[in-house]
Amino acid sequence: MKKLLILTTALTGFGFSANAGEIVAVSWGGAYTKSQVEAYHKPWTAATGNTVISEDYNGGLAEVKAQVEAGNVTWDIVDVELSDAVRGCDEGLLEVIDPSILPAGADGTPAVDDFIPGAISECAVANIVWSTIFAYDSEKMPNGPTKLADFFDTSKFPGKRGMRKGPKANLEMALAADGVPAGEIYDMLGTPEGLDRAFAKLDTIKDDVIWWEAGAQPPQLLADGEVAMTTAYNGRIFNAVAAEGKPFEIVWDGQIFDLDLWVIPKGAPNKDLALEFLAFSTATEQLAAQASYISYGPARKSSAPLVGAYHTDADLMMGPQMPTAPENFATALQNDFEFWADNQDELNERFNAWLIN
Amino acid sequence: MTDAAGPLIAVDGTPLKKKLRQALFKSRRRAFLLVAPLLAFIIISFVIPILALLGQSVKDDTFSSIMPTLTVELSQWDAVSEPSEAMFAALVTDLAQARKDKTIGRVATRVNRELSGTRSLFTSSARKAAKLEPPYREALIDVKSKWGNMETWKAMKVASRTYTPGYIAAALDYQLNADGSFTARDEQRQIHVKLFLRTLEISFIVTIACLIIGYPVAYLLSTVSTRTSNMLLILVLLPFWTSLLVRTTSWIAMLQAQGVMNDLFVVFGLAADDDRFSLIYNKTGTLIAMTHILLPFMILPLYSVMKTIPPSYVRAAKSMGATNWTAFWRIYFPQSVPGIGAGALLVFIIAIGYYITPALVGGQDGQMISNIIDFHMRKSLNWNLAAALGLVLLVFVLFLFWLYDRFVGIDNMKLG
Repeated sequence: MKKLLILTTALTGFGFSANAGEIVAVSWGGAYTKSQVEAYHKPWTAATGNTVISEDYNGGLAEVKAQVEAGNVTWDIVDVELSDAVRGCDEGLLEVIDPSILPAGADGTPAVDDFIPGAISECAVANIVWSTIFAYDSEKMPNGPTKLADFFDTSKFPGKRGMRKGPKANLEMALAADGVPAGEIYDMLGTPEGLDRAFAKLDTIKDDVIWWEAGAQPPQLLADGEVAMTTAYNGRIFNAVAAEGKPFEIVWDGQIFDLDLWVIPKGAPNKDLALEFLAFSTATEQLAAQASYISYGPARKSSAPLVGAYHTDADLMMGPQMPTAPENFATALQNDFEFWADNQDELNERFNAWLIN
Repeated sequence: MTDAAGPLIAVDGTPLKKKLRQALFKSRRRAFLLVAPLLAFIIISFVIPILALLGQSVKDDTFSSIMPTLTVELSQWDAVSEPSEAMFAALVTDLAQARKDKTIGRVATRVNRELSGTRSLFTSSARKAAKLEPPYREALIDVKSKWGNMETWKAMKVASRTYTPGYIAAALDYQLNADGSFTARDEQRQIHVKLFLRTLEISFIVTIACLIIGYPVAYLLSTVSTRTSNMLLILVLLPFWTSLLVRTTSWIAMLQAQGVMNDLFVVFGLAADDDRFSLIYNKTGTLIAMTHILLPFMILPLYSVMKTIPPSYVRAAKSMGATNWTAFWRIYFPQSVPGIGAGALLVFIIAIGYYITPALVGGQDGQMISNIIDFHMRKSLNWNLAAALGLVLLVFVLFLFWLYDRFVGIDNMKLG
């Protein structure tokens, strides 16, 4: 059966592998990929002469799995979420990465101590900290929401809500808005009563929700006036504000932060070059440079002091825009990848069923 | 011809029958050679991958290939008595091996589909498996108490079947139990049957809407002069040639709350400015966009059939005293039925597997079964369930096709 798949894919897919000195880097597109091109790809090309072909995708392991199982891998390095990095590693879809290839921090701290906890795992190295927040248009709502509970309060703040189509982050936000402290959210989601409570909270706004899937959608929904507020990735909202001058405000209360990591699919055609690129791009300077293009926090502690202003606006300091800035971080919750790795099948099913009923 | 007359002989002395067969064989061989490249292409790039994927709906050797020792033990277990020490020992052996081969995640994912929350049970126990000492039962339960639960073992027994009806059962909202019986899934997780029904409903409404809108257009096209009809035909074909994504996203611009249609409604006082119609991101949006996109598939077959209906028949009917309506209904309409059949079947079958449009404009109640298949292909990576859902859909479409052939007749269909 698998042989058949390999045969047919090999025959129909005109698989090509990149030439020497070239790697295919896959990421999430839009402003985020642009920040990587500016901070990683261009300096790497300048330093080594190797080129990076940039491809976009929408997250998930499906393409990696398809390529690895068909024995026709065309991607060299992929930017994934933490839960996918762990899962892909467990399933043998990813190459193991030796952390000793990572350079020490600019201040001399060894890499393993320089990265924030959880940023280096068996098959993955993190580059940024990103966060799911909610945002609104301050022109349409001068006295806008300030707390996560306001997102679920359609009588105080009427209008449609945008949410990512899936249980992840939504269930946590529902419980947090219902008054559950950050430290107890995952324990509570692990119980049937806690789940019922989260879904009951989502029920209260279900008829007002417009569901989005790609990260570029929420700023668009806000700009079109389709929604009064929407959950979003913080960097996308920042980009709409800084690059396009949109009057959006981020509410940091109850933000859920997570890591994005580089992984290398098993059997990548240019594995050695990809490893080189990985080590180069996660160095202190590169991570700090990326932060001047988009408001995602660098995964190295030594990058923080180097983070400066936005690349086109010297007055716009990037530090306070980060999910990890102290004033944004008070009620932050870290995404629990183990909870999601364990429960996502069942919760996805329940969420999908909840959605259509 | 009688026996006495003997067989007919050709000029060169061979029997005519044989000669005829030779000639036929030659022309058949030529015909076959002409289609052979296409046939080979279709078999390699279409039939084989589809069969290979459909095979996944009943075959899943993830567990049995990675945990071979335990699979043998589980096949002898009755799923009622307590798991034996031999089973625990087999589990430890296989866990340690799977950890070494880096395949433990695949087993964990497989069992997690049967019993949620067991993923980390496998991955964390496998890390310690190589160091465990007999008696394995106590040792494993000491690592994770869940190994003492019957549910865990039953889930493994279900997962250990290489050929399993479990995925097809899941596609119909049933669950396969360890003892081989089926039970309905709990209500919170029932989704597929509802979606199949909704897919049918949407496809049916879209087909009817296309017929109602397309029939007069096709009639007009076939009755005006060739010059005008060519012009009008371009208006039908232009959207047909435009990218599906472009057409779908233009509907978003048209129908959204701050969009063209709603602006017009507000201008004409049909809707209040702060209470606009929800025309998109719901079933209404799916229906409108799909009807528009599939309309050419109805108009074109109708047009090609109507073109061949001689206008003299209707004139003859009228000359014999038929009213306009009678002439249409008794004379014209029956002759256009093959076009209706072809158009309706085409629209219905395309609609039933429709995916991009509902994904973009469907919101929560405008989703169809193909969107769930996509979800399992791309997000949950449960390709077996996706294959099972696809199989159910395929069988269902073939059944509809059979029904159509039975009641309308497939010969009674004209595509041009």
